[in-house]
Amino acid sequence: MAVCIAVIAKENYPLYIRSVPTQNELKFHYTVHTSLDVVEEKISAVGKSLGDQRELYLGLLYPTEDYKVYGYVTNSKVKFVIVVDSSNTSLRDNEIRSMFRKLHNSFTDVMCNPFHNPGDPIQSKAFNGIVSGMMVQTG
Amino acid sequence: MAGSQWELPPELCCRPMAFVALTGLDVVYNAVHRAIWDAFCANRRADRVPISFKVLPGDHEYPKCRTKRTSYEWYIPKGILKTGWMNKHLNLVPALVVLFYELDWDDPQWKEKQSECATKVEIVRTSLQGRNTKVAVVLIQKKTPLPPGEDLVASERASALCSACDLSGKSLFVLPHTDHLVGYIIRLENAFYEHAQTYYYTEIRRVKSHKEFLNKTTHQLLFVRHQFKIAFFSELKQDTQNALKYYRTAYSLVHELRAHETNMLEIKTLAGFINYKICRLCFQHNTPLDAIAQFRKHIDFCKKKIGSAELAFEHSAWMSKQFQSFGELFDEAIKLGLTAIQTQNPGFYYQQAAYYCQDRKQMAQQLCQAEGSYPSPDPLDTQGGGLDFYGQRPWRQGHQSIDPPDAEKEKTGILALHIKERDVPHSELIIALLSNAVAQFKKYKCPRMKSHLMVQMGEEYYHAKDYTKALKLLDYVMCDYRTERWWGLLTAILTTALRCAYLMASVKDYIIYCMELLGRASTLKEEQKSRIEKNLFKVLMNEVPESEPECDPSSVSAARSLWTDRMALAGSNEMTIEVQDYIPFIQCKGKFQSPSFHVDQPIQLQVFLRVDCPHPVSFHKLAVSLSNQEYNQWCVVESPGQESMTLLPGKTKCYNFSFVAKTEDVGKKIEMTGIEAMLGSESGRCVFLSWRGAGGDAASAHEALQASRSSRRWGRCLEARQEPDWDSLTLQHSTMIISRVPKISVQLSHQPPALTNEMYRIDLTVQSQEEAVAKDVRLTVGLKPGQDANLGQTTHVTFDGSKVCDEGAPALLPDVPLGDLEPGETFTKCVYVKCVSTGPRVFLVHVAYSIDTTVEGHQIVCKCHKDETVTIETVVPFEVSVKFVSTKFEPLDQVAVDIPFLLMTDILSSSPWPLLLTSSSLELLTVTSNTPQPQSQLEEVVLQTGECASECFCLRCPQQTSSSNTVATGQYLISWRRKSSSSDSPLIQTTVTLPHIILEPVPLYIYAELPSFGRVRESLPVRYHIENRTTLVQEVEMAVEPSDAFMFSGLKQVRLRILPGTEQQMLYNYYPLMAGYQTLPQLNICLPRCPTSTTPALQRFLPQRIFVKPQGRQPDDASIAAA
Repeated sequence: MAVCIAVIAKENYPLYIRSVPTQNELKFHYTVHTSLDVVEEKISAVGKSLGDQRELYLGLLYPTEDYKVYGYVTNSKVKFVIVVDSSNTSLRDNEIRSMFRKLHNSFTDVMCNPFHNPGDPIQSKAFNGIVSGMMVQTG
Repeated sequence: MAGSQWELPPELCCRPMAFVALTGLDVVYNAVHRAIWDAFCANRRADRVPISFKVLPGDHEYPKCRTKRTSYEWYIPKGILKTGWMNKHLNLVPALVVLFYELDWDDPQWKEKQSECATKVEIVRTSLQGRNTKVAVVLIQKKTPLPPGEDLVASERASALCSACDLSGKSLFVLPHTDHLVGYIIRLENAFYEHAQTYYYTEIRRVKSHKEFLNKTTHQLLFVRHQFKIAFFSELKQDTQNALKYYRTAYSLVHELRAHETNMLEIKTLAGFINYKICRLCFQHNTPLDAIAQFRKHIDFCKKKIGSAELAFEHSAWMSKQFQSFGELFDEAIKLGLTAIQTQNPGFYYQQAAYYCQDRKQMAQQLCQAEGSYPSPDPLDTQGGGLDFYGQRPWRQGHQSIDPPDAEKEKTGILALHIKERDVPHSELIIALLSNAVAQFKKYKCPRMKSHLMVQMGEEYYHAKDYTKALKLLDYVMCDYRTERWWGLLTAILTTALRCAYLMASVKDYIIYCMELLGRASTLKEEQKSRIEKNLFKVLMNEVPESEPECDPSSVSAARSLWTDRMALAGSNEMTIEVQDYIPFIQCKGKFQSPSFHVDQPIQLQVFLRVDCPHPVSFHKLAVSLSNQEYNQWCVVESPGQESMTLLPGKTKCYNFSFVAKTEDVGKKIEMTGIEAMLGSESGRCVFLSWRGAGGDAASAHEALQASRSSRRWGRCLEARQEPDWDSLTLQHSTMIISRVPKISVQLSHQPPALTNEMYRIDLTVQSQEEAVAKDVRLTVGLKPGQDANLGQTTHVTFDGSKVCDEGAPALLPDVPLGDLEPGETFTKCVYVKCVSTGPRVFLVHVAYSIDTTVEGHQIVCKCHKDETVTIETVVPFEVSVKFVSTKFEPLDQVAVDIPFLLMTDILSSSPWPLLLTSSSLELLTVTSNTPQPQSQLEEVVLQTGECASECFCLRCPQQTSSSNTVATGQYLISWRRKSSSSDSPLIQTTVTLPHIILEPVPLYIYAELPSFGRVRESLPVRYHIENRTTLVQEVEMAVEPSDAFMFSGLKQVRLRILPGTEQQMLYNYYPLMAGYQTLPQLNICLPRCPTSTTPALQRFLPQRIFVKPQGRQPDDASIAAA
């Protein structure tokens, strides 16, 4: 299960970021922020070769000693980042994919809300609930 | 230095090369020997064999070889690897000792020299007792040797020398000291290399042979040692593939060792060494992925092997070093051509090394708190000046049991290590590693990673109390986080920066960071903001602020005194802060009410201010600077202490300014160049917050964009009208000053279209609706500039309608002064336009004047102008067509010389307005009028649209002198004007050039003289005139053909002669028999001398028919007259 889940706007500012409360929140912010380097690189590399046939799931962005960072980019260039504990080896690629898919669906629902202004931070309770379900449960 | 304890030994990191000792060379005093030595060691390029040479004296003592163990049965090893072993085989024990000796084959004292050489070889051999080191002899000879086999003396003496020195023939070399020294040397060293290879091969065999004596319980350490040695010898032998294999075996054996707290360090040290070697070889073999995999495995193995909890910092230090050296290996491989990628580059390893270093620092801080002096005697001191085995404790060397032998010694040893660790400059190490990582990430396009590491460097500098450097770094990256809008991270960085600024007592930085931390981008909690705001107010009052939380208490007291000094310092209590690029707690937006103002309106300007901090803020001055500084005086509010200057949190306050623009600025733009708000007071500290342009800050552009997208703004606007929505306030940083709206009317009346060449009249009516006198009215009228250039030449404008203007009249009459215009007064003027060519034209009427007005009590003179444009089409008034016909109205292609013909002109009006033709005339050139010129037939004729007026002229073309048979006819002049124009308006003369005619000479001209009609049975006399137009006598045969309609009398057939230039008359009396149009009897004429002019050619001059009236009743004359 994830220790941190973030939604990043097209312009690379955070729309939503939530991490396991027991740990250093700032560190996760930095982790997510630095992972954008890889995301950007991957997006630009894909843009060159294939036009629209783009895989949204970017896979493992980069491994650190402690965490694995996975990325996903929607067609409108909104990025999802999931940080998983490195020790959590049971989590397979498929499960990460399905987490992203769930996240994307919920994000789409948020965007469909006529009262939500795209580009504003996400404050949806439903979205929060989905994220909570994917996070590591700590006591 | 304690840091160096973790450094890898240089003999491990170097590339092992075969060691060859050279003896018998005197490189100091003997030039030949020096040259030989230089050839060996200078400029060794990569293509030379890998040997490290050393010059040693002939009697050099090589390290003693210990007596060979015959059995390992009772041997218990004291450690894994001796510290001196690698160095010994790299630099002390040679694979080959080469003895240089000067001896020519034909040396006179051969015997003596031979035995001296043998002695020297013996000395070396003795010194190498027990080693497998080879010995070789090189004879330095002055003469070039003969090819092998030719010099019998040489081969004989060579074999003698070999036997004397107990050398094999392969170990004796000759080095002629001639020109090709380097070539000989290269051949020599290749031979040496082979000897060295053999030596290392035997060494490997020797070490391998020990294996059978070992047992797994007591000799575990030896297994590792032997594998390492084999691998190292393989490297010396340059057999890197096998070396890698043996190192890998050694590596797995290391991890099979029984690990416990006492030997953990030794195991990790050796594991680190072997890992280093493996990774190094993998990179060398260009298999970087193997290197990375090995390193990962290594780290996973060793991560948990912390060892003694009291010395946990050592583990972190070791881990850090592992990452660092791998990073360095990686980096080196890249320099040699390996390509790294964004997600796999040395930066990650340096970064991780830095993290472990941070861990080390933290643990050191926790563990090394024990007070107490450094224990004496020094437990870390070893008598030998170093450890015997790598990774062992100085106070219990060679000890391999699980428990430390002496608990007391153990304690003092750990204490000594703690005290040493306390003095390690951790921050320096961390910063160095981080900056290495930054350099790497910069290279591999990771700007955010780079920023993150720079933040960490800044924080480390902060911990190291180097606040200036810390601020420099933090300041540098802050802007990246600000533009990327990561407020959480920005706030964290700002918080650290604020602490630095506080501890340095840097007032300006302190204020800047406070302002941003109070701003809307800050994610701090209300109470923290409140605390910061109070501190900010204190600084503005020139007081010392409260310390920041989480600061080192000792630094705080130092900072406090710094602040006190700073505050006591007189002067310099004014500062300006450019806040545009930050997100300050005061937001400012300026706008002109309108993008343009008329000069007679006051210019209105609004400045909106809003604060985001928890407590109200009052400021003392607000000033707007404009591009024209003369207006600045109107855009200042300064009323300290008043209610209006206090900003309440979250409430927008609007300040209105208005001023009157100067008339000189009409047509110019006024821009806001800056807005300044002053915080604090003169008594304390004045801080001018300055915004460039019309305000806004680093975040406002995005907010405005979001606000414009928002669906909520509509609702929001309705519910709170008095409070404008801050985000949707847009900046309007400039306004245009435009001239006053003119209050005059300009009317044009005319009758389009204009006719070509006419003086087209436009009536201009200017009426003033001003309330004051319009002074200095000027009129510009004419062709609007900027149209087709040809139009300027073909258009003429004048005020004088009495005559047709000439070419000199301009296309545009500029600035015609018309004097003053009283209110309500009307002014009219006629303008005449002559258009020479057809087509549309745009005419401009521009009336400019000045008027005095009052704006908010200011008397100003405004210049106004009114433009009126009109498009006028020009058309031709009529079309003139001309044709030549004979006197019988038959169209003529050619005109016979000196024979009358007719010119017919048709004037077809195409003007929509009636035209009055006043006269027309012919201006003839060569032709003459056949009739006296009467009055024009067109005089005073009025032509309506589509009507046609025709005229007819009878002309004759006299004999031409020139040979050309086409002649110009002349011109047709028509004078006309519009029917509607007044009678005194000028007439327009239109000239039509008549077409040329083609002349045709006729030799004989004949014409008939006859009445206009005949009457049945009444005599009709017809006289034919026949003229000879040639200079010859013409013989003419004439015959009249009989006709049914006529009887006639006269010569029916005659032949006659006509003299040149004379004429002959023939009279016939025709007697008509029938009434109606009757064909006259045909006159056949034949000119035998001039066969071309036959009857048909001459017939055209004669009438064909005549009208015959019936016979009337004789007495009734009246009825005949009526008919």
